[in-house]
Amino acid sequence: MDVSYATTVGIDTLWVLIAAFLVFFMQAGFGMVEAGFIRSKNTCNILTKNFLDFCMASLGFFMFGYAIMFGTGNGFMGFTGFFLKGAESGADIPIYAFWLFQAAFCGAAATIVAGGMAERMKFKAYLIYSFIISALIYPTVGHWIWGGGWLAKIGFADFAGSTVVHAVGGFAALIGTIILKPRIGKYNVDGSANVIAGHNIPLASLGVFILWFGWFGFNPGSTLSVGDGSLISRVAINTNLAAAAGGIMAMIVVWKLFGKPDLSMAMNGALAGLVAVTAPCAFIEPWAAITIGTVAGFIVIVGVLFLDRIRVDDPVGAVAVHGFNGIWGTLSVGLFGQKVLGLINDGLFYGGGFKQLGIQALGCLTVVLFIIATMGVVFKLIDFFIGLRVSKEEELKGLDITEHGMESYAGFQIFTTE
Amino acid sequence: MRLIIAMIQPHKLPDVKKALYDADVHKMTVTNALGCGQQRGYTETYRGVMQEVNLLKKVRLEIAVNKDFVEPTVKAIVKGANTGSIGDGKIFVLDLPECIRIRTGESGNNAIG
Repeated sequence: MDVSYATTVGIDTLWVLIAAFLVFFMQAGFGMVEAGFIRSKNTCNILTKNFLDFCMASLGFFMFGYAIMFGTGNGFMGFTGFFLKGAESGADIPIYAFWLFQAAFCGAAATIVAGGMAERMKFKAYLIYSFIISALIYPTVGHWIWGGGWLAKIGFADFAGSTVVHAVGGFAALIGTIILKPRIGKYNVDGSANVIAGHNIPLASLGVFILWFGWFGFNPGSTLSVGDGSLISRVAINTNLAAAAGGIMAMIVVWKLFGKPDLSMAMNGALAGLVAVTAPCAFIEPWAAITIGTVAGFIVIVGVLFLDRIRVDDPVGAVAVHGFNGIWGTLSVGLFGQKVLGLINDGLFYGGGFKQLGIQALGCLTVVLFIIATMGVVFKLIDFFIGLRVSKEEELKGLDITEHGMESYAGFQIFTTE
Repeated sequence: MRLIIAMIQPHKLPDVKKALYDADVHKMTVTNALGCGQQRGYTETYRGVMQEVNLLKKVRLEIAVNKDFVEPTVKAIVKGANTGSIGDGKIFVLDLPECIRIRTGESGNNAIG
């Protein structure tokens, strides 16, 4: 009897597919976090957005996204492989597995924005936005960094996407929420902020756990191969430690500032740690992951308070978690990264000087400016043609009934007055 | 003494509260209510099946006041809740024979204020 063994490529493919499934599951995490942190009257709406944007991202990334991101072209974008016709895999695994993994990432970037623009963005506008970001905008940035584009050529390092996924999603959410303007009742005339409390903390907690779990696919899967196991192990432990440190730090800061260990902020801290460690996770030692996570836990609280101060209404903290910490994580590669762990230059703390840090800063800056400019235009165009925001009456009544004709909690009496 | 009961649109509650505070009325009870008047309901669909929702979400305010406070209170509620469209609600003014404050045992006009 013939005995057949799995090949190295087979094992790598299995690993990447499992990781892709985990990253797909993060979609559920985003859905639960966002649903939990907003009011019950908009829950059906945010979940529909989270659900449909993955559908849109899948098709958009199949038709145009993959070609722009991984096709051959110039330093700015790729031009070959539309509809995967003649497309090549970006790793030593079959293209279909590689595509699925990348498509799940694309969906994550798209869905971050739903939270920042929650409770007032038109559903139709969201559908169009989600197709555009996943078919055109995200893949362009992806090409710069992962597809052999100009940032890749100058040595910019973003292992699993602090910039590519999280800064893109976070800053798209920032410009979107600025254009949308705050929710009714969020800010008083004197500029002070009101609490618009999330309606379901258990759902939000479940979402954070799912995201944390999914991140074990997001980061370790980005190795795209199993090898001798040492790299995926390092990435996994770093991912976990940064999340833990971020959660603890955010809890301490919020406890100190407001007198109570606010669970929603501690959970945002863990997410912040995960976002931040995403770029450096392969190039650092565990102690550095703890340090990066700790700083992230601090940044997320300051970020949320800062946004409220300047009256930018981000209902679930998408900008502070994904935008600000996406930048922090990317910069941290230039501080804690090590040549022996696969980075091109040593980071600042390992005697490499400012070279890598400078490249990281340049990459962040251009990506953030690119996103704010392009997504600003996209949102303005959507606003002009079909409108970005629902009417005042619809917002007050809730988007569940006005946009979907359906309640999230039929049979429950829900007090809707804001 | 009078008991004022008002049915208003839920999303007008913040405006009504503000108008009442401006009129120096600070005591009230607010409950969630379902009801219908002239306003038509809305339709929900669930798995393709249409459903007429006739009972709409309303907010019920109860405010007990002394006689001379009836007019300012009613005016404030109208000011806060009026949008000019069907569904703005109604205000009922009832006689209130007695009122007792549990903490002190006071009754009548003293207990209300």
